[in-house]
This record gives sequence, C-alpha cells and structure tokens, in this order.
Amino acid sequence: MTTHTTPETLIEADPDVPTVRMVREFDAPRELVFRAHVEPDLVKQWMGPDSIGMDIDVWDIRTGGGYRYTATREGEAVAHFYGAVHRVDENEKIVQTFGFEEMPDAVSLDTLVFVELPGGRTRLEALSVVYDFESRAGMLASGMEVGVNEGYAALDRVLAGLAEERA
Amino acid sequence: MVDNDDRLSRVFGALADPTRRDMVARLAAGDATVGELAAPYDVSLQAVSKHLKVLEEAGLVRRSKDAQRRPVHLDAEVFDLMTKWIEKYQQRAEERYRRLDQVLARMQGQDSPATDTQQQRAEGAAG
Repeated sequence: MTTHTTPETLIEADPDVPTVRMVREFDAPRELVFRAHVEPDLVKQWMGPDSIGMDIDVWDIRTGGGYRYTATREGEAVAHFYGAVHRVDENEKIVQTFGFEEMPDAVSLDTLVFVELPGGRTRLEALSVVYDFESRAGMLASGMEVGVNEGYAALDRVLAGLAEERA
Repeated sequence: MVDNDDRLSRVFGALADPTRRDMVARLAAGDATVGELAAPYDVSLQAVSKHLKVLEEAGLVRRSKDAQRRPVHLDAEVFDLMTKWIEKYQQRAEERYRRLDQVLARMQGQDSPATDTQQQRAEGAAG
C-alpha cells in the first residue's frame, strides 16, 4: 500500500513485513538536516504539531544515548515518548527505538538515513519496523486525534452495515 | 477504541497473506464463486474457504446469503478506509516535514516564512 497524494512525503506500508517506510527530500544540505534532528532547540521547532508542545527532558542523539520528551496540550501532558539511541553515524544515519509510556508494549525500531543529493539537497529515508501487523495498524492509527476519530466513525459505519447484512 | 483497533488489525492481518491478497485482487475485477476462486491455486476448496472466512471476518468480502451460487463480493469501502488511514499518516508526516523545511530555511539564513514558495516548489517537483 503506497500513497503519494500530497506532493512530498512518500509513505509505504509493506504488505509482506510490518514496516512503514517514509521518504522525503529537503532543499538543504545534509549536515543541516542531520543537525535539525540532533539539536533539541531545532527539533522542538518542527517535530510536534502546532497544537502540541514538546517538553524535552533528554535529547542525547549519539551512539548509546537516548531521548525522552513529553507532548503537552495547553500545558497538560498528553503523552510521554522515549527511546534508546542504538547508533549514530554523524550526518549519515540514526538508529533508535521509539516508544511511549502510555503503550509500553508498542515499540518501533527506526532507522533514519540521510542521503546527500546534488544541488545541496538531502533525501531522508526513514524505516520503522514493528513487532507484527497488529502493531503496525496501531502505529498508523495512533496519535491522529481528529483523523483517527473520523476513521473510527467511518469504520463503525462500514462494520455496522456489514453486521446488518449478516443479521 | 480497542475494538476498532482490533478490527483494523484484522484487515491488515487478513491482507498479510499473499494468497488472500491474490483473491482480493481477483475479486476487485468482479464477484466470483468459491470454485472460481479456487481454480488458479493448487489448494483444496476447504483451504480457499478458510481464506475466505478470514477475509469475511475482516469485513473485506461478503457472500450473498440467498443466491444459490453464493458469489463472493469485495467490499471496496473498507479499502478506501484503509487508504484514508495511510493518507492521514502521510499528511501528518508531511506537515511535520514542512515545518522542518522552514527550520532548514532559517538555518540557511533565508528568513522567509515562505509557505507559498514552498508550495510552489513542491508542485514543481511533483510535475
């Protein structure tokens, strides 16, 4: 399943293995794209959605490091995210886990690869691997407060229709 | 919410199997009976029925009750829904990366907030 409706970010949910692959190009040299992932002051400016604040407790992106932050809405904590940083090759690669306290069994292994492109551009390739297809379904569905609820409502309608036909 | 997660998981789980994906692709072209579905595969009718049961439980296909042939019908609406979930995920990622675009522009001293130019560039790149 691949979707590429809006112009830039490519997302692939592999049909055979429980992974999600994202590819996105940036009009900036790779050192900068890398720095924007590593320096907490920069990370804060883009990672959380506009309505969500990001309180960073730890942001130590180096081999053997880790990170931890709290997502807040109007000053209230909504979720606590954390992970271990497995390996960092400066400007080239970050391998880390990603999880959140609210769902302690859900964890993904994320590999971010920064590819230098001609003309001072960079391609970011992110591959997330989770335990099984159920976990991936949860991952695709999680965190999209508005979208998820719309999705659930639509799914409810579909399922209600199916149930009626069966009855 | 947990129930809905389960249902979505069932859809993904059902499609994890290559034979079932094949059957779904076949049904996308039109309704078919169990016998017709079984024909291309070197498997028993029972095995095909088992696959169908998984697809049915995931809400991906339906079998009409009364018709004697009981053809299998693909429920395309569920597919639209799954595509939508992935699209939402994609949109969120794209929103995040547009913010990163702006951070990168600031880092390079191009202080333009320039959402419009980014949009144009994106369209240009896509075309």
